[in-house]
Amino acid sequence: MIEIVSQSRCVSCNQCVSVCPTNVFVRGEDGIPVIARQDDCQTCFMCELYCPVDALYVSPDSEGVMGVAEEELERQGLLGGYREKVGWGKGRVPVAKHQFMYQLSRRAGF
Amino acid sequence: MTNTAARASVERITDVLVIGGGPAGTWAAISAASKGAKVTLVDKGYCGSSGATAPSGTGVWYVEPDREKREEAKASRYAMGGQLAEHRWMDRVLDRTFENMNKLGNLGYPFPVDENGNPYKRGLQGPEYMRLMRKLVQRAGVKILDHSPVLELLADEHGVGGAAGVNTQTGETWEIRAGAVVIATGGCAFLGRALGCNVLTGDGYLFAAEAGADLSGMEFSNAYAICPTFSSVTKTAYYSYASFYYEDGTVVEGAGSKKGRSVIARNLLQGKQVYARLDQAPEDLKPLLRVAQTNFFLPFDRRGIDPFKDLFPVTLRLEGTVRGTGGIRVIDDTCATSAPGLYAAGDAATRELICGGFTGSHNAACAMSSGSFAGEGAAAYALKLGEAAGSRELRGLSSQSLRDRQEAGAAARTDEYVRAVQDEVKPYDRNLFRTEKGLGDSLVRLDDLWRRQREAGVGRTAEGVKARETAAMTATARWMYHSALARTETRGMHKREDFPTGDAGQHHRLISGGLDQVWVKKEEVAKERVSV
Repeated sequence: MIEIVSQSRCVSCNQCVSVCPTNVFVRGEDGIPVIARQDDCQTCFMCELYCPVDALYVSPDSEGVMGVAEEELERQGLLGGYREKVGWGKGRVPVAKHQFMYQLSRRAGF
Repeated sequence: MTNTAARASVERITDVLVIGGGPAGTWAAISAASKGAKVTLVDKGYCGSSGATAPSGTGVWYVEPDREKREEAKASRYAMGGQLAEHRWMDRVLDRTFENMNKLGNLGYPFPVDENGNPYKRGLQGPEYMRLMRKLVQRAGVKILDHSPVLELLADEHGVGGAAGVNTQTGETWEIRAGAVVIATGGCAFLGRALGCNVLTGDGYLFAAEAGADLSGMEFSNAYAICPTFSSVTKTAYYSYASFYYEDGTVVEGAGSKKGRSVIARNLLQGKQVYARLDQAPEDLKPLLRVAQTNFFLPFDRRGIDPFKDLFPVTLRLEGTVRGTGGIRVIDDTCATSAPGLYAAGDAATRELICGGFTGSHNAACAMSSGSFAGEGAAAYALKLGEAAGSRELRGLSSQSLRDRQEAGAAARTDEYVRAVQDEVKPYDRNLFRTEKGLGDSLVRLDDLWRRQREAGVGRTAEGVKARETAAMTATARWMYHSALARTETRGMHKREDFPTGDAGQHHRLISGGLDQVWVKKEEVAKERVSV
């Protein structure tokens, strides 16, 4: 479930408010989005992927809140990890193009 | 039938209204626009991130137009689907998928390349695919309304002519009049938290049935995906590299990602937790697996689990009709439904014509092909109607009474109904392993649930949307189980414990429909010459 909106990283673009398919966020008074309906989060990671400044963190547990701390995520370098792997962001190559996609499909048939 | 929804705060007129912004909806919108229709697309979430495709990766049934390759592709799944597919439809879908995938390449989808430098088009990465589709929809001049779920269809005596709903972010109600409507709302996964599937609650089935359309193949609705107990990420294909264990490390005999899924289910039913480890993956394949499904490894990485080395507990998560094949029945090549003016595409429509009672990588192909067929069909229908569409006297079709406000306590009741429906469709001993007694008992409770929801008023609000979703899930479960009762054999994914083998006498489709009274009847599979 979505657990973190980093106040220090967020640039108030509110892209997450727009892209969340289950309408979990609302724009806060100060422009920074608030996790208003955490129970509705379906753990699809799309908000994290669309965040241009890696300010969001979706915990892997789809059934409950894990209680992660931003400092710890920062220390482990987990913020923005998914976006990097998908290859979104300036100067990155989309993973869709990756040679391994072709190689795996040839070898495994999927 | 409810009063006309004439007091919406936002009103629009369009030629074609597409409900749902996943693969089928976006292809429908682009295809309708390419035929000269003015198109509006509404999505209950966000077109580009909503639905089962956007967060995942998918194989695509992309086969070159080479006779031998095509025949092989069709034959590979025909038997698994219980021989309910039709070769003519498979050919149409293979042709259109080939065309659409080539289009995607030309329009900028970053396909990987093979040894000869040619783009390799047998798969799509969801985030990339759906971000591009949104762009293409916008470029086609289609108006997109995000966070705008439909509450009901609108119709007159000539057929469906629009829809009404609410914007869940602004609270504004809206009404769109349209010459034709395409339902591309996806399947129904019963809020089971399978990846991206919580927006897929069978809404389109309910809307279609309220408009008098019928469904087909609803017995093929018991897809379950292997998934870590702590995660939403379902990618059953990867478990072909898994071994399955009990807590003490002994092997679960017969467990597997394909046929062995039943063994996993039977163990879980007995209260025995099953663990998996991807220890069958050859060393040199691991980096490929990691890159090809980035999201598969995300939950593991974030928990410090190495799925190639560590045991992790698994469950089977219900995907319902999303990976089933049942849905709204289509009556012709344009994916028209039996309700005039109403079309169905993607997982909202039946996929039996293409893959019978079992699906693999057909879903992506079905979505992009049926989306195009439906979009073109709806455009032709709407353009023929012309200006007349805007002046029709339309009324709302909701079987529940829609009101300006939700009653007090309604949200808690909705939660209660959701759990009650889930209690009937999630358990493996009800839905995966079906029996006459189990299905019958469930239907008594589901019929009662339907009656209670039918009598309750529903607000034209975000909470009301949830109430309508829950009614749709209840209705879906009833069509599923009535159809499952009628098919007294095992075919495709439909398994009857009391009829464990196939019956040649039941090589037909099951059509279903009705709201207060659910009915099921047989339909013959089109007679055709099958090339051998």
